[in-house]
Amino acid sequence: MGKTIFRENFHQADWDEPIIYEMSTPGVRGILVPEPDQKIKDRAGDVLAKIPASLRRKEEPNLPEVSQKHVLMHWTHLAQETMGSNLTNDISEGTCTMKYNPRINEELVENTDFSLLHPEQSEETVQGILEIYSEFENIVKEVSGLDKATLQPGGGNHAVYTAASIVRKYWEEKGELEQRDEIITTIFSHPCDAATPKTAGFKVITLQPDEQGLPDIEALKEAVSERTAAIFMTNPEDIGLYNPKVDKFVEIVHEVGGLCFYDQANANAFLGVARAKEAGFDMCHFNVHKTFGTPHGGSGPGNGAFCCKQKLAKYLPVPTVEHDGDKYYPDYDRPHSIGKVRDFYGTAGVIVRAYAWVMAMGEEGLRETADISVINNNYLYRNLVEEVKGLSYCYPDNGLIRQEQVRYTWKELTDDTGVDTLAIERRIADYGIQHYWTSHEPWLIPEPMTLEPCESYSKDDLDEYIKVLKRIAEEAYQDPEMVKNAPHKAASRKRKDDNMLDDPERWALTWRAYQKKKDKIHAD
Amino acid sequence: MAKRAFPYIPNSVEEIKAELLEDIGISDVEDIFKEIPDHLRFDGKLNIPEPKLSEYELKKHVERILSKNKSAQDNLNFKGGGVWQHYVPSVCRTIAGRDEFLTAYVGDAYADHGKFQALFETASMIGELVEMDAVNTPTYDWSNAIVRSIRMAARINGRKEVLIPASMSPSRKKVVLNYCKPDIKVTEIDFDQETALIELDDLKAKLSEKVSSVYIENPNYLGYLELEAEKIGELAHQYGAEFIVGVDPSSLGVLEAPANYGADIVCGELQPFGLNMKWGGALSGFIASPDEEKYVGEYPSLLFGITPTVEEGEYGFGHVAFERTSYAQREKGKDFIGTSTALYGIIAGVYLALIGPKGLIELGEGIMQRCEYAKEKFAELEGVSIPIQTPSFKEFVVDFSGCSKSVKEINQLLEEENIFGGIELGEKMEEYQNCALFCFTEVHDRYDINKLINSIEMIIEKY
Repeated sequence: MGKTIFRENFHQADWDEPIIYEMSTPGVRGILVPEPDQKIKDRAGDVLAKIPASLRRKEEPNLPEVSQKHVLMHWTHLAQETMGSNLTNDISEGTCTMKYNPRINEELVENTDFSLLHPEQSEETVQGILEIYSEFENIVKEVSGLDKATLQPGGGNHAVYTAASIVRKYWEEKGELEQRDEIITTIFSHPCDAATPKTAGFKVITLQPDEQGLPDIEALKEAVSERTAAIFMTNPEDIGLYNPKVDKFVEIVHEVGGLCFYDQANANAFLGVARAKEAGFDMCHFNVHKTFGTPHGGSGPGNGAFCCKQKLAKYLPVPTVEHDGDKYYPDYDRPHSIGKVRDFYGTAGVIVRAYAWVMAMGEEGLRETADISVINNNYLYRNLVEEVKGLSYCYPDNGLIRQEQVRYTWKELTDDTGVDTLAIERRIADYGIQHYWTSHEPWLIPEPMTLEPCESYSKDDLDEYIKVLKRIAEEAYQDPEMVKNAPHKAASRKRKDDNMLDDPERWALTWRAYQKKKDKIHAD
Repeated sequence: MAKRAFPYIPNSVEEIKAELLEDIGISDVEDIFKEIPDHLRFDGKLNIPEPKLSEYELKKHVERILSKNKSAQDNLNFKGGGVWQHYVPSVCRTIAGRDEFLTAYVGDAYADHGKFQALFETASMIGELVEMDAVNTPTYDWSNAIVRSIRMAARINGRKEVLIPASMSPSRKKVVLNYCKPDIKVTEIDFDQETALIELDDLKAKLSEKVSSVYIENPNYLGYLELEAEKIGELAHQYGAEFIVGVDPSSLGVLEAPANYGADIVCGELQPFGLNMKWGGALSGFIASPDEEKYVGEYPSLLFGITPTVEEGEYGFGHVAFERTSYAQREKGKDFIGTSTALYGIIAGVYLALIGPKGLIELGEGIMQRCEYAKEKFAELEGVSIPIQTPSFKEFVVDFSGCSKSVKEINQLLEEENIFGGIELGEKMEEYQNCALFCFTEVHDRYDINKLINSIEMIIEKY
């Protein structure tokens, strides 16, 4: 058994890195592009003269001029000033399932048999990638219990948007779209379960929780009507409670003719344990970059695997991947399709990695993933609330056993010390741990913190996390100002004034904007 | 022999698991899952393929499947149409593989300071290419950047119609139709088949004060420069519409920054900047606009801004106008936001710093030279013609109507010569039957082009 790790003397890399434009020297090159040979140049003539004056660039684009060494150095420094989950104890980003992203999968996607495929190649030349798509679709169909899948959406929210598009098409074809203009969701479902139906043209009704913290079934009964197009709901919701009546929600919506979408963005703890099918849902999706072990990329590329029952399959975006008994092919001949939500086939590299992740795990490995995720979480939260002063968790007396994550609250500590969750979130980086996820908006649970210790984390990691939060709580009681001014040992200090970022006079999204505004930004 | 632990699951060691269960005060994981009623439980074992538990077997297995593909590694590729084969510098690959960037997610700009700075720098360089002061963090792809731009415009002026060129990428058009479906009417502007350019008369006829925005692509899907772009912008502005320009930004070393011919919003695709084709999986879109509240306030995506910290002289970063987003306001936010393509955005920045201003100009000029050379070579072939004389950037249309073979047949025979021929246009655009869209970039030398031309000549003569 390892010792409890505690990075008392941690300091993140802090290069005080200049902006790339400050490293520029005229004439310096980072890489040379291959020139066409003289015969090409001779035959081609003065090509730039063929561009009409209004479209011809008059001045060199203002890009930095930096040598190759300094480009490598600069972005390596910036990488070192970033806390990727493969390097750290990232139990922090609850709801995000920050699991280990295997290196072998990075090697596989660099294989030129994949990386140098053009999406317009003939189907005969892409049988390998089509096979991987088909195999991974089979996997998500089995994990969900549903009939048909698409891997086109570029992320989880995009898959939920795809669901909203399919709901719209379903009602349009039934001739009832004008009447069916409402989609119901719950306040602890991800914000996209409200925002994507709105983007797709629906009115959104949001259910509040009952006294147990679960979606209020009585509120649902009042909300459903002949206007209900669908319900979009997460389970467990992002506070970590499994809704045992979820099938009743489905029944109530089905009774009024509505469709039911299961947001399974994070299905990690339920692999082989519970599925959309048994709960009665018509559609669901998985965030492939969460549950299926692919890297988050600093916020993408991700992928949203969308699954549905057969009755909705005809609406899926084109192309679907099919097999004619002999070979795989992309099927564009789908007259009821919603069209496309993204160019081409989706983030194919994510699918190659996810397929490899599942193939490294197998059925037993997936189930072990679920088991260890809930065991880790129960170990973590019981010890945290026992050992850390001023920390509690939401709905502590509802009698429900927590599953894969917990929403905690620092309210007591904040009331006692004035140190709020945002300060603690900053301070944790001083111990070599990524800032934790507080909560989606609105914060119904005061001073929130959401942790998700998925299967990648060892007992030593869990113990380290407990020890760090215990220490920070002690610091908050003993030296609140120090915690409020954190971070002290991260790659950057506290922002001077967050209000600047909301002020059109003082925000700057580019270096050129900063040059124009810097006097105002530094005015005081 | 004891059960082997899963390498990705440290606590799968039986003794550790037992210790954790004991600490929790339960004997079995089912004591946790009992919260899920029996009838909602999956009763059985997932029917998925037998695993390849060792890394060696896994690698061999996946590589065996991938080897069924034929790629541009062993074949000369002349397909573009929204995904283009450019050289990916080694430094781009090195940075893309850094676990710090690769496995980060949504930490704040303290522990993830480097990620924020990297995306700010990419936005800064894109801003210089298009000459605009506000640039977003990346969208899923160009098509999503277009629809976000169109919807931004509709919120800015409250109008509900967009004019798009009928010549735009058919695939991107499908995405536009999907996103505009609820409340924005999509009207297509005709184009002249002989020039591939927008019909100004048709544009004038369709413009009205109901039009929220006019969208054009420059170069357009077929590779041609929209010569009257400035005029199109003026016409849009006469009716109070926003003028949105979509670009392949690798052209912006030689082509004018869209802001300088009237664009209000610019969008485009970052894939040419250091990202391999990956079967179309490495797309990443951007949006740029003036740094005015009326525009910035309507972006749906995250925006990273530079700001001082409490330490004198230190650059800090943070989210600009976060309250706009659906993260902050759910259905009251601007469209929706989510995991997009941050890593690709970072790589695009690395590429732009490597290539620099002179390199980007050389890239653009060299591509145009290869295209002009290839056009001449094509025109020498009997039965083959270059039907459109409009200046083009890295793609152009080749007409095979005079040949006895269809484009599909020619492409099949080219595949036997290890060549991926041009994209068959007939299926995508009815105006261009028996035509193909060819793409040439810096990866093609004279021998590659000659091999293509000679192979086509042989195919035409032989059959």
